[in-house]
Amino acid sequence: MSTIEVPSAEFLEISTEPAPQRRRRIKRKTVNTIIWMIVLLALTAIVLYPLVWMLFATFKPSSEFGQNPGLMPDNPTVDNYVKVVEGIAGTPLWRFFANSLFIAVMAVIGTLFSSALAAYAFARIKFRGVGLLFAAMIGTLLLPFHVIIIPQYIMFNKLELVDTYWPLILPKFLATEAFFVFLIVQFIRNIPRDMDEAARIDGAGHIRIFFSIILPLIKPALITSAIFTFIWTWNDFLGPLLYINTPEEYPLPIALKLYNDQTSTSDYGATMAVSFLALLPILIFFIVFQRFLVDGVATQGLKG
Amino acid sequence: MSPGRRRAARRESVAGYGFLVPWLIGFLGLTLGPMLYSLYLAFTKYNLFKDPEWVGFDNFVRMFTDDPQYLQSVQITLIYVLVGTPIKLAAALGIAMLLNYRNKGSGFFRSSFYAPSLIGASVSVAIVWRAMFSTDGPVDNSLSLFGIELGGWVGNVALVVPMMILLAVWQFGAPMVIFLAGLKQIPQELYEAAEVDGAGPVRKFRSVTIPMLSSVIFFNLLLELINAFQIFASAYIISNGSGGPAGMTNYYTVYLYKRGFADLQMGYASAMAWVLVIVVAIIAFILFKTSTRWVHYAGENR
Repeated sequence: MSTIEVPSAEFLEISTEPAPQRRRRIKRKTVNTIIWMIVLLALTAIVLYPLVWMLFATFKPSSEFGQNPGLMPDNPTVDNYVKVVEGIAGTPLWRFFANSLFIAVMAVIGTLFSSALAAYAFARIKFRGVGLLFAAMIGTLLLPFHVIIIPQYIMFNKLELVDTYWPLILPKFLATEAFFVFLIVQFIRNIPRDMDEAARIDGAGHIRIFFSIILPLIKPALITSAIFTFIWTWNDFLGPLLYINTPEEYPLPIALKLYNDQTSTSDYGATMAVSFLALLPILIFFIVFQRFLVDGVATQGLKG
Repeated sequence: MSPGRRRAARRESVAGYGFLVPWLIGFLGLTLGPMLYSLYLAFTKYNLFKDPEWVGFDNFVRMFTDDPQYLQSVQITLIYVLVGTPIKLAAALGIAMLLNYRNKGSGFFRSSFYAPSLIGASVSVAIVWRAMFSTDGPVDNSLSLFGIELGGWVGNVALVVPMMILLAVWQFGAPMVIFLAGLKQIPQELYEAAEVDGAGPVRKFRSVTIPMLSSVIFFNLLLELINAFQIFASAYIISNGSGGPAGMTNYYTVYLYKRGFADLQMGYASAMAWVLVIVVAIIAFILFKTSTRWVHYAGENR
């Protein structure tokens, strides 16, 4: 696909060239490829360095921090992990993981269910007001969410749901993340209408069409939405910071803050180890599903 | 309309709103309702315990005339947005072009560059960032190899802003992936034609790549500007929630959080939130308005 620097006119000339010159040209192309490769590898190394450094830092004893900013630990140890697994503030580490996992799984279920329903209505059903509602949905994409966190907090506070997981999970069941509704709408619009029209002639209603025709066909969009929802919920900091006050109920990001506050000066190694463990599920997710994630972002951007 | 037609239309409406029930409840109850309530709160004094007290435009007046911390948070947020976003987008476009140039292993590179975008806002990354830029951290140490002695970045009033911008630029992967998809859709013939006309690389970039990519640039610009205004978790963690040193990480949303949830000045924080909404709306409006002049939609084959 490297046609940019080999235009067709020049290409014709090459074929009449004497052999040594042609060989030189091919050699120059190889050299260019090698330079290109080296530049990109160097950039990759820079971009991934913080993560690699973090991984190696988890094996450094805390006393080594500040003296050894390099990659390799002088005296590698797994003490940090041993210490960290015990947990903090009387709560074992697995508890924070379980809390995060519960919230993230519920968020995925809720987002898929509510976003797919809404997307089907926006993409396939013609009814009065659909245009206006669709515009409103797109509008919420651009809305800074800080404008609603204060009233939402007041509302959940009045309902006495602060310090429960409801404020974190309920919005996901109500399709408040417009990004996913939009993503699925775009996907449904690309599915030919022939099949659902045939089904309609056979007497199928929207519920039948949604469940037996559309839902199986939008699986790729659903998978993309599921992975993004999981990762974003897993990383979410502000939501749990506002709503969860009991340390045993903390999800990982807030538990990390606890580590960071209490041990940042004295115990860098342990802080790094927890941070890495908190990131691990996401990194694994990313390695397994990278194609979906990267392509999901690309299509989202292009089909406006 | 015949009665049968009308009945069918009504059935469609029932189905449409039926499918939209969860979204409608969410939109009215968790977005539109709260928005209107926060607009009301913006004109009140409210601390969660006593009823809101109407104060008119007091919050807004105080913001701009009697709150140096607010003005500073506006200032550093603007620097962060206006400096960070162009650098991030330029890096994204440059590397996307580099990836588009040849195909070998581009899947691997694409994924590696994208990874930071997924985790960039996480607490873990903020903690790593702080460690890397601390006194005697790896960044400081590598720079001192070149004879540059800066000391720690985290506590340094002058360096903490560039440090946060570097964190933003590090996440160039998401716009890069979108640029790359856009670049792949530019027909090669355009470049060949330009070359026949004697265009060099710079001219080809200016006259082919930029116009053909303008809709993607527009999309990325809008998205990244709005995202940048909302930076929170990393600034909060890096400064331990203090906004320090000397308020240099007291970004708009960090300050809003402190006013609203630490000082319980919920009216004031709501007013702050509305100023942000208005600023974002103005930026979106300007971008959309000027876009007719510089955004070029080629062949509606999407």
